[in-house]
Order: sequence, then structure tokens, then C-alpha cells
Amino acid sequence: MKEELKIRVVKGPDGVEFEVEPLRDYYCEAAPTVMPGAYIKIVEDMFNWARSESIWILGFGTGCGAIEMRPLMTPRFDAYRYGVQWRPTPRQANLFVISGYLSTKTLKRAIRAYEQMQSPKYVIGLGSCTINGGMYWDSYNTIKRLDDYLPVDLYIAGCMPRPEALLAGFMDMKKLIRAGRGEGANLYAENFEWYKANQKRVIHDWDMPDYNW
Amino acid sequence: MRELHTRLAKLFPLGELTEQRTNLAFVSVPQEHLRSLLLHLRDREGFTHLVLLTAVDWLEEGQFQLTYLLSNRGKACDLGVRVMIPRDGATMQSIHELWPTAATYQRELREMFGIAFPGSPRVEEDFILEGWRDIPPYRRDFDTLKFAVENYSQRPGRETHDPATHMKQQLYPGET
Repeated sequence: MKEELKIRVVKGPDGVEFEVEPLRDYYCEAAPTVMPGAYIKIVEDMFNWARSESIWILGFGTGCGAIEMRPLMTPRFDAYRYGVQWRPTPRQANLFVISGYLSTKTLKRAIRAYEQMQSPKYVIGLGSCTINGGMYWDSYNTIKRLDDYLPVDLYIAGCMPRPEALLAGFMDMKKLIRAGRGEGANLYAENFEWYKANQKRVIHDWDMPDYNW
Repeated sequence: MRELHTRLAKLFPLGELTEQRTNLAFVSVPQEHLRSLLLHLRDREGFTHLVLLTAVDWLEEGQFQLTYLLSNRGKACDLGVRVMIPRDGATMQSIHELWPTAATYQRELREMFGIAFPGSPRVEEDFILEGWRDIPPYRRDFDTLKFAVENYSQRPGRETHDPATHMKQQLYPGET
């Protein structure tokens, strides 16, 4: 475990010494819970319509596929006209695009970022690496199928998919959300133990709380 | 380069000079003379820049080959110094006092090849891999496919095609 995560005694500015336990003090330990839908279908449909029209992407490029997201931000492809935009922090985003191969080291950061995002949240796997390992099928350091570790709503195949393919993917994502099928966050909460077991099988130096947000 | 080699050969027991280009050559040196040769090259011959430090695993010979690539900016030429060290219990002296940047390369080599560099700063810390338990992955006896199959869940249905045969079937389906 890293030095900064160990329990230690800290002296405050007023001279009082107190014990700090970073893993417990800095993070919330409560496991995720399933969020029920609205009390009536028409309201839930309205929520889903609103959600589908404001897809905010976490600007976290995990692999080489992140390069395909840059043209989408610029006038040529201009994803902003569809209500899709990129946000700098997980707190402000609701769509996580895993862009390409995910090494176990990045997976750890991706899990933390995903858990810090607000529900309802969605995951898109971009490129063949997230589907079955792609060209990294025999690599010692990349995961081979993303849906074992995070609840994936949609895959966009290709190596790499063009920006147009991403736009088509976002349109499909919108349809999924409007149909009420973007239930990734609830799926994650329901199968929390299974996801954690899978994650811990590949991340050997687990130095964070099981759920942190 | 020849001239430099002749000059150096008078001072150090150097191996043959391998000239890759007019401005790039490699020379081998025994392990115990490496440090004095590097110091000499840096301070007397103007090879002030350590471009890279890398290793090759000669599994069959039971040796690691370390290459210290130095650059002389004034003369725009590069010289690679090769050192062979035994593979079992591989240990090499650290050169972080000569070039502080070498410490980073040494951390990488320790992690990826399992070569020990006693005294190098932060060499024991994880560098790229986190929580690695197997033998170092750049060693040639490490089977990366076997490791991937054992450690990562695979999606069934993955097929591999030989590109030549596949394209032949695609383009000329009737022919065999």
C-alpha cells in the first residue's frame, strides 16, 4: 500500500494531534444502490428524453481511440450540435467512452472515474480492443473484454472507428437511453460483487476503497 | 568513428567497432570497464548526452546485452556502448551519478527485465506495471500469450485468419 494511504498521526496548525485514516476518511464507503425509475412511466420517459439529449462525455482518453474524439469537437464533425459535449471531470459527465485498449493500470483509474460519475451513467466501448482485445489479444497487460469490469451499454467496432462511426454510436446511445435501456449504473449496483471480483482478479495492487465517489 | 575507436582502444579493452552509419557506431566493452569508459566519453570526447539505455535478452547465450547510447551534439554522432552481463542474478552498476536520467531507464530495466541496479534512486518502486507478480515480462522465457489466457477472461468466438488465404478467398472465391 502506498505511503499516503496508511494510517498516520497528523499535527494540525493549532498543535492538536489527530489520527488520519485516508481510506476511511477521504472516501465514502457506501456501496452503490439501484435507483428506481420515476413513479409513473410518462415522467420516466420525459427524464429519459432529457438524458438522451444531454450526453456529456468524460474527456478521459484511455487509449489511442481518444484521437478520434478530437475531430468530433471541431467544426468538421461538430458533435456539439447533437447535444454531445466533453467535460473535464467525472462529476460533470454521464457518458464514459473507453477509447481503445485498457491496460490494467488504466483500468484502475477508469474504475475510479466511472464510480465518481453521477447516475445515470453510460459506458461506450470504442474499438475492437474493448470488445475482445483487438490487436492486443496476447498482451500481458491489457484486459480483453471490457464488460467484465464495467457495465457497457454499447460497443463501436473498428480499429479505429472513424469519427462518423462515433457519431452513429452516439445516435444509437440516444435511442437506447430514450427506450429506457441505459441501465448500466443499476446493473453495476446489482452485480456489484461480481464486478468487484472481476476487477480485483486483474488489479493486484488494490489500494483504494471498493467503492469511492 | 574509426579514429575515435583507435583512440579509445589504447585506453580500454574494446571489442570490434560495428558501424551502422557514418554517424552511428557500436562498440562492446567488459562490464568492469564500462563506468570509466562512459566517464571518459562524457568528459573527454564530448559524448555528453545519454540518449537511451536498453537491454536485449540473449536467452540462448544466457546473457543480457545492455546498450548505452551516447550522443555527441557537437560532432552530431552517436556511439552505442554494449555490455554483456550474465542472465542469472543479473546485476549491473548504476550510472545515475553520470547521468541522472539513467535512473529512469534503470527503473524500467529492473521492472521489465529484472536487472538489479543497486543504489539507483527509487529503483525498487513500481514503474509501469503495478502489482506485477510474474517473471519480468520482457524476458524471452515469459510467455505473454499463456499469461494473457490465464489472467484475462476472453470473449469466445475470436478467430484468426491468415491474411493471404483470407484475401484469396474473398477476391477469388471459386478458385482453390
